[in-house]
Amino acid sequence: MRRLVVVDANRCVGCNLCVYACTNRFGFVGVSKSAIAVRSAGGVERGFTVIVCRACKDPPCARACPVDALALRSGGGVVLNPNKCIGCGFCVSACDIGAVMWDHESMKPVICTHCGYCVSFCPHGVIALEEVV
Amino acid sequence: MVDWVKSLSRVLYVDLSRKLFWTEEREDLFSKWLGGVGVAVQLYKEEVGKDADPLSPENAIILSIGPLTGVFPMASKVVAVFKSPLNGFIAESHAGGRAAAVMRFAGYGSIVIRGASDRPVYLVVDEERVRFRDAGALWGMKSSETVGKVLREALPAAGYRTIMRIGRAGERLVRYANVTVETYRHFGRMGLGAVFGSKKLKALVVIGRKGFRLPDVRAYREIYKEIYDLTKGAATRKYHDLGTAANVNPLNAIKALPTRNFSSGRFEGAENISGESLAEKHLSRRVACLACPVACIHLAAIREEYEDEKYFYKVENVPYDYEPIYSLGSNLGINDSYGLLKVIKAVEDEGLDSISTGVVLAWATEALEKGVISLKETIVELKWGDWRSYVEAIGYIVKQPNEFYRSLAMGVEYAASKYGGLDFALAYNNVEPAGYHTGPLFHASLVIGARHSHLDAGAYSMDEKLVSSGSTLPPPEEAAKLIIDEESWRQVLNSLVICLFARGVYSKQIVEKALRALGYTIDGAQLTELGRAIYLEKHAIKFLEGFDPEKVRIPKRVTETPTPLGHVTESYLKAIISYYSKLVKEYISKSRST
Repeated sequence: MRRLVVVDANRCVGCNLCVYACTNRFGFVGVSKSAIAVRSAGGVERGFTVIVCRACKDPPCARACPVDALALRSGGGVVLNPNKCIGCGFCVSACDIGAVMWDHESMKPVICTHCGYCVSFCPHGVIALEEVV
Repeated sequence: MVDWVKSLSRVLYVDLSRKLFWTEEREDLFSKWLGGVGVAVQLYKEEVGKDADPLSPENAIILSIGPLTGVFPMASKVVAVFKSPLNGFIAESHAGGRAAAVMRFAGYGSIVIRGASDRPVYLVVDEERVRFRDAGALWGMKSSETVGKVLREALPAAGYRTIMRIGRAGERLVRYANVTVETYRHFGRMGLGAVFGSKKLKALVVIGRKGFRLPDVRAYREIYKEIYDLTKGAATRKYHDLGTAANVNPLNAIKALPTRNFSSGRFEGAENISGESLAEKHLSRRVACLACPVACIHLAAIREEYEDEKYFYKVENVPYDYEPIYSLGSNLGINDSYGLLKVIKAVEDEGLDSISTGVVLAWATEALEKGVISLKETIVELKWGDWRSYVEAIGYIVKQPNEFYRSLAMGVEYAASKYGGLDFALAYNNVEPAGYHTGPLFHASLVIGARHSHLDAGAYSMDEKLVSSGSTLPPPEEAAKLIIDEESWRQVLNSLVICLFARGVYSKQIVEKALRALGYTIDGAQLTELGRAIYLEKHAIKFLEGFDPEKVRIPKRVTETPTPLGHVTESYLKAIISYYSKLVKEYISKSRST
């Protein structure tokens, strides 16, 4: 199994092409369906914070889910079952690194599947897929 | 009608006088004029009367994006259209940062801001509503950087928003005040900052978190990948590496780098303030606009030791580009990179347009040198290369402690008309020129271009091509056609809206394909026709507002200082102008008769 990692956030220029790539997985453009987020670290002169799911082995988001909509993924992280999800948002609050994003249109979380589609559109080598050992 | 048009067509109207907002679906405009400048010009026609005072509530601020915004790489610019307080004509200014994509994902194709508030406000716009917030605490703040910092911390949705704001220059109606976007990008030219200031509008924050379903995902991905690969290739290499500052050395080498108020095209200190040298000594970070892999934004970090406390340092971040290096560097004789960055920083803090500021100060320096004015007027002794004196004078342009600085705040044309020294006051149509003394085509484009500089015609590069190929000047009519055709095509790019640094990527074929993937059926020939139509619409408005290109003053200095193509002659420029004038007048009378 592989997981998405931030190799070097210092190389990030804030173009958000990873974010757009992620939303595009669902046939959308924009930011609403992205499981990756980039924001300035308090002004762009300080660089950027790149937020990705780190594929926890023991994910707090899954434990916070009251309806078992988040199943453990082999290799870390979780898989969302949208049919079970009631949109309570507990998973979002449970993730201290902020990697459970929220789709304001479907009112459900956006969960990274570690597919790596974003990696192919990062022009500066900020993110990569890594084998989980 | 394609769905994509529908998704783009929502126009947000904000009335600052009545503190009201509403949206209208304007498919009529977005289906005919694409978006960007095409749509903004039509909205301008609806909003701003030909006699409206630019600094009155009758002026409007129109921001527009286009069908490719936030959708394809480097479709990263917002077009602002408004009446310029410098000359009273329709003006256009573009900015990058996060503004364009955020507007798209907030769900607006255009934002129209009307009227004026009676007290300082800032606007927070999101997908559903507009909040009018009290800007009393922000008004008069020393640095526009601090304004950004305060708003960043006070407002939600970090990473999904854009923060546009003015500095004190805009509040005090300096006619060439700018609007800063995300700290280091700007609606730089033509005085949009003063228009914000006249409306008591300190900042405009937009928050956008939406997504839009694509009509044809497969076609989209295919053309997306093609564009993405191109934007990482040779077409943008220059902007990627050294940024626009890469122009300093080559322009200096051909003697086209305006120096000491355009008295020379060669600056002996150019090497020190070149892109290469700035990168080596000061470059600290590279930043991109949203959706741009190039990251042309170059930030320098400068360190200054406190005089009263050893080993305590102030570190400042300063963006640099070719234009401020010319206007505040070579044009002021500054060959010290640290000093240049300090001057740029002062201009940034106050929220001034760097080109106009540099040209105004260069004129003042020469006027002082020649005795046209005295220290009584300038307060500080302005001397070529003395960056500290310029930092001080920049403060005075904003504070306006005397009649002289009140005049400087109106622009160089105004100041020189009042104090003398018009021969060396560099301005066309009251607008200070960008930094290319390459030849007559560039200077002609400043008179006949709808915008303010090289941007809509790239005529400096036409000059450069003539230089490098050793060709003679084309007949004026041909030169006019070259400029007008290029400007017409760029209306298409500016309606999509793509960054002009990607103009080499977005060929007609690529634009056609990109639009087709979104459901548009417009073909290359129709695009060309549309570009010409937008061009003529825009220029016709300017004429109806009283613009007479034949009366534009050609600064004597321009004809005195040789360019790489020899001396610019007034007769050649006049011939180009007259061809252009005839074309626009014919269009006006034709459209009147239909």
